[in-house]
Amino acid sequence: MYLYDTIDQSLVDQRVEQFRGQVRRRMAGELSEDEFKPLRLMNGLYLQLHAYMLRVAIPYGTLSSHQMRKLAHIAQRYDKGYGHFTTRQNLQFNWPKLEETPDILAELADVQMHALQTSGNCIRNVTADQYAGAAADEVADPRITAEVVRQWSTLHPEFSFLPRKFKIAVTGSSRDRAAVRVHDIGLVVKRDEAGAIGYQVIVGGGLGRTPMIGATVRDFLPKRHLLSYLEAILRVYNQAGRRDNMYKARIKILVHALGAEEFIRRVEAEWEAIRDSAVDLPAGEHDRIATFFAPPRFEALPNNDGEFARYRLEDREFAQWARTNVAPHKQLGYAIANISLKPEGGIPGDATTEQMNAIAAIAERFSFGEIRVTHEQNLVLPHVRQADLYGVWQTLKSHDLATPNLGLISDIIACPGMDYCSLANARSIPLAQDISKRFADLRRQHDIGELKVKISGCINACGHHHVGHIGLLGVDRKGEEYYQITLGGSADENTNLGKIVGPAVPYDKVGSAIETITNTYIGLRADGESFLDTYRRVGNDPFKETLYAAH
Amino acid sequence: MPLIKNKQIVADTWQYVGDEAAIPADGGVIVSLARWQAERSVLVGRNAPLGIRLKSDESAEAIADDLPRFDVVALEFPTFKDGRPYSTVRLLRERHHYTGELRAVGDILRDQLQFMRRCGFDAFEFADETAAEKAISAFDEIEAVYQTAADWRRSAAMIRTDTANAFLNGTCG
Amino acid sequence: MAMQVISANRLVDGLVVYMTGGGGWSERIADAQAVTGKEVGEVAMAAARVAEEARIIVEPYLIDIDESSGERRPTRYRELIRAKGPTVRLDIGKQAEL
Ligand code: SF4
Repeated sequence: MYLYDTIDQSLVDQRVEQFRGQVRRRMAGELSEDEFKPLRLMNGLYLQLHAYMLRVAIPYGTLSSHQMRKLAHIAQRYDKGYGHFTTRQNLQFNWPKLEETPDILAELADVQMHALQTSGNCIRNVTADQYAGAAADEVADPRITAEVVRQWSTLHPEFSFLPRKFKIAVTGSSRDRAAVRVHDIGLVVKRDEAGAIGYQVIVGGGLGRTPMIGATVRDFLPKRHLLSYLEAILRVYNQAGRRDNMYKARIKILVHALGAEEFIRRVEAEWEAIRDSAVDLPAGEHDRIATFFAPPRFEALPNNDGEFARYRLEDREFAQWARTNVAPHKQLGYAIANISLKPEGGIPGDATTEQMNAIAAIAERFSFGEIRVTHEQNLVLPHVRQADLYGVWQTLKSHDLATPNLGLISDIIACPGMDYCSLANARSIPLAQDISKRFADLRRQHDIGELKVKISGCINACGHHHVGHIGLLGVDRKGEEYYQITLGGSADENTNLGKIVGPAVPYDKVGSAIETITNTYIGLRADGESFLDTYRRVGNDPFKETLYAAH
Repeated sequence: MPLIKNKQIVADTWQYVGDEAAIPADGGVIVSLARWQAERSVLVGRNAPLGIRLKSDESAEAIADDLPRFDVVALEFPTFKDGRPYSTVRLLRERHHYTGELRAVGDILRDQLQFMRRCGFDAFEFADETAAEKAISAFDEIEAVYQTAADWRRSAAMIRTDTANAFLNGTCG
Repeated sequence: MAMQVISANRLVDGLVVYMTGGGGWSERIADAQAVTGKEVGEVAMAAARVAEEARIIVEPYLIDIDESSGERRPTRYRELIRAKGPTVRLDIGKQAEL
């Protein structure tokens, strides 16, 4: 993991004091709420439905055990004993007091964390593949790039008042687990024929009111040019992005309005002027950062550990968990263990202080002290010896953290919705709870197979509903909660936006609608076809017929 | 209006002249881009210091060729949320090598000063004296920077590389 | 005519509060002063803005309430959730303290 040096540390420490001063000035009446709001947002502090909400950055979803313990402590001491992991790999506290926020930020700074740029019209916390450094299919580690981008974007003097928020995601695998095609900028780290590292640069994707899939503006950008190229893109956007209408202010609208070709022309022209300036990292700095992401001291182990195989045979429950929640590791004898934060009837992404502490301890013992946060609101132990998986599973189970449902219908993404969020039209969480209870029978879930349900409480699409195999979007119909259903979305390397299947359905009909959809799929599927395969073959119509005939 | 330069409040010797107003015979005046374009020859022939004021949607390129004629370029923030002048000012300093005064005007608040100075502004116009006085400490709140910009401060990466090189060359004690 | 009360969030801790008859602020909607009619509402809002200036609360606004069931309830669902707490965590928020 990256560790701060004295420069990094002084920056976050001084930033805490700066914010302390801003809070003091607000309390003293030197700042009005209008003036203070953008300042608190720059530090991730929102005013939500019930209270303030603090969004803590977890850069590219990487946490140490030490940091996790600190989050657990903050939840206990300053909040109500829990936190919420979000679809942007961040953590939200739902009940902090304004007057205590500077202290919370100081506690975070103690463990090299912050809440910088988790809100506001700036470059937001950068996200990356949660399996970075562990995935068997990885070409290059995206965390090095993500850390380079994190530093460059932190308090960027030119790009802190952009037309709108700006999200960058990085992946280093052919399988895209970071949804790079639906970000303002998506970077795919890859190698050219000579083995040199560079990037495919994708610009202008995004969800929200106008969902779009990003356009590739560069097939291969050599590594050393990354920052000057990003600076060129941001400069074109900062100058030409719309500022008259917040719904048309994202870079995707600019790319669309100019056309990809003209947009690329402008970026390339700007880049020509700065490409050999000091914007790019000096030689050596990239390597310095890279050393922090060197693989941990793996043991030389045989693959398919005998004990692991034996426990799978002996314990069916463990076998089930291993099948869904364990992914292949690039190091022989190791595995990636996913911790589901979606227990039956639970709140997707929530973890209690007690659970956070338990995870910190497990990671310390079995995963080199490393934890990852996924954009699907789960956690990951990235480097577990296969021989330890059984013990890990047992411990997880005792903390209600071993639900074997990764990628199944009950592994639902849900934004906070109207239970917490002041922008919501409708609730999201109770729908997720209802669906996970209806499909509690694991055999049934396995029979249905991979199925991603994603729920947003409003058009801002924090729950990524457009890219859910089944997407649910809360809408307000004369004060009643209704949900628009989309089908066929996906956020992987074959990104697709879901299609609306018909009129929105009321809150209490959503559960049965999901049952109708899955039954329709089961009736139609050919051998071995996943939900998405079947959907792509048959389209919306059969689903529409069964859904609206039944009502 | 109170003006901050070099972390001090200084007297403003410049006068803004509206597009309809008569131009005084002497003394420094700042005019709009529109007026500059329309009355260029009159303004050049005036033989007194001249400044120009750009709105946030007017680009550095619009005045790039004429920069030697201006002692001041004022860039307007209609609201502090409009971040376009941050790019404009960098282009003026870094690409067009403008060395005169670059003045931030409009909705100028304390908490944006650190960014403005980094991008190349060296004069900041405030609406009132108290706000200006209280703003001066804002320049020094955060020392470390991660980017190179128009203030030529050394980025974290540069400092780290220097340290590493000094170590290799044996000058590090 | 619809009855209304003024709601806001308290500056220091962000919690949902309601304006009471004495110009104070209570965490309980039951304590709020109900107003009827546009003009009375505007007078009350003016008082709320004074409290905002005084940095007691932020973003005050009028909400519709209904007392026909004998219990005072906001008519909009969003306001009901604000008055009680998250529907998915009955153990926290105002509902837990009642
Ligand atoms: S999608 Fe809407 S309701 Fe859900 S968290 Fe985002 S803004 Fe709130």
